[in-house]
Amino acid sequence: MGFFQFAWNILPELLEATKMTLWITAGSIALGFVAGIFLALGRVYGPRPIRWLTGGYIQFFRGTPLLVQLLVVYYGLPPYLSTLGIRISPLVAAIIGLGLNSAAYQAEYFRGAVQSIKSGQMMAARAVGLNRVKSIAYVILPQALRLVIPSWSNELIYSIKYSSLAYFVSLTELTFVGKKIALHTARTFETYIIVAVIYLVIVLIVSRLLLTLENRVRIPGLGAPVEHR
Amino acid sequence: MNESQSTVTNDVILKVEDLHKSYGDNHVLRGVSLQMQRGETKVIIGPSGTGKSTLLRCINQLSVPDQGRVWLGDKEITSHHENINSIRAEIGFVFQSFNLFTHLNALANVRIGPMKVKGMKKKAATTLAMEELERVGLSDKADAYPAELSGGQQQRVSIARALAMFPQLMLFDEPTSALDPELIGEVLEVMVSLANDGMTMLVVSHEMGFARSVSDEIIFMESGGILEQGPAEDFFTSPKEQRTREFLSKITELYGD
Repeated sequence: MGFFQFAWNILPELLEATKMTLWITAGSIALGFVAGIFLALGRVYGPRPIRWLTGGYIQFFRGTPLLVQLLVVYYGLPPYLSTLGIRISPLVAAIIGLGLNSAAYQAEYFRGAVQSIKSGQMMAARAVGLNRVKSIAYVILPQALRLVIPSWSNELIYSIKYSSLAYFVSLTELTFVGKKIALHTARTFETYIIVAVIYLVIVLIVSRLLLTLENRVRIPGLGAPVEHR
Repeated sequence: MNESQSTVTNDVILKVEDLHKSYGDNHVLRGVSLQMQRGETKVIIGPSGTGKSTLLRCINQLSVPDQGRVWLGDKEITSHHENINSIRAEIGFVFQSFNLFTHLNALANVRIGPMKVKGMKKKAATTLAMEELERVGLSDKADAYPAELSGGQQQRVSIARALAMFPQLMLFDEPTSALDPELIGEVLEVMVSLANDGMTMLVVSHEMGFARSVSDEIIFMESGGILEQGPAEDFFTSPKEQRTREFLSKITELYGD
């Protein structure tokens, strides 16, 4: 059987697994996004204890291996949760593990963007009569979220690839299924090449979408000039 | 204190009492007191670093004064019992560097206060914002983002943004200092018409022409305090203090008459 025939044969199974990869990525990036914004705001605007806590969180999750964090969540959390009567599926465990980690990185990107906004913006918002929360919601975040897109794209791309770590918690995502096929067919090299190409295609599509998003929400005078690719 | 004041004496809009502010070792404000009647325009002049901007910021609490009290009408701004946000909504503030919201076009910049502070519906707020843009002569620029406007236009939008809140008092912090000379006129024009419309305005500016033509009183600040104040004509023709005379001649040299 030639390479392309082989590829054609295993593609359906791999694409099924790709769905799982996308679910893991989407879940972890979304959890990381929401948590990351709150972490970043806590770190910039919070009172000292909050700044200290959020800083500690970020240091911890950036300072320990992602795989270890994932294993802790997968094996460590369920016993505690089950005493509370909560059961989490492997998918949810993977999303929580990867998402908590992603939050730390996203928080740093958001913090950078928030702090790059001139202090006059906040001052003008307060002078109009907006309270602190509204100033952040209507003036600071809309600008910061636009500015953060290029660097945030990195985090999303990492998340796609880090989803392969869910392999270790036995989720049938792309890498896991690739490994299984490689074992069964003994065509290891070809299988992993095909797996790699699938990741690459996802990343290319996502990069393209992010660039489109970046240009669509662009505002004159905010961020770098338009880039075409 | 001002027995000769022709306006109704009981209609005090702003009262500042013994304001002090330090940044570290730098004692910027050293006991400033002043009072403004409804409809008055006062211009604060003085060398740089004497606390003029700090005074304005302490009035609406963008900087919190270390000591002293400020009233807007009968509400004490410096009291913890007052909601600072709703008081700020009644005080327009115009910055030297405009500080328009970068991500919003001119219309949205003017509309955001009425909508998000006062809870006005979008449609009504849009109508109001267009009226205010019209008032500063920029209704044709409603869709333009700040980066697409000249400095003078940005400053006029920022005045419209303040006006849309129907302020009782407007504070101007060197509104024309960041502008190219040929753009100063359009901003001053708007300010003159505001003053003529009866807006209460406290203006930090070295635009002597403006000070002379519309201000009821000139306040000369030096070293964190008010050195001299008086009606514009008296102030320019016969300043009492030696330092005031020196400053005025320097300003005249720089900016012309």
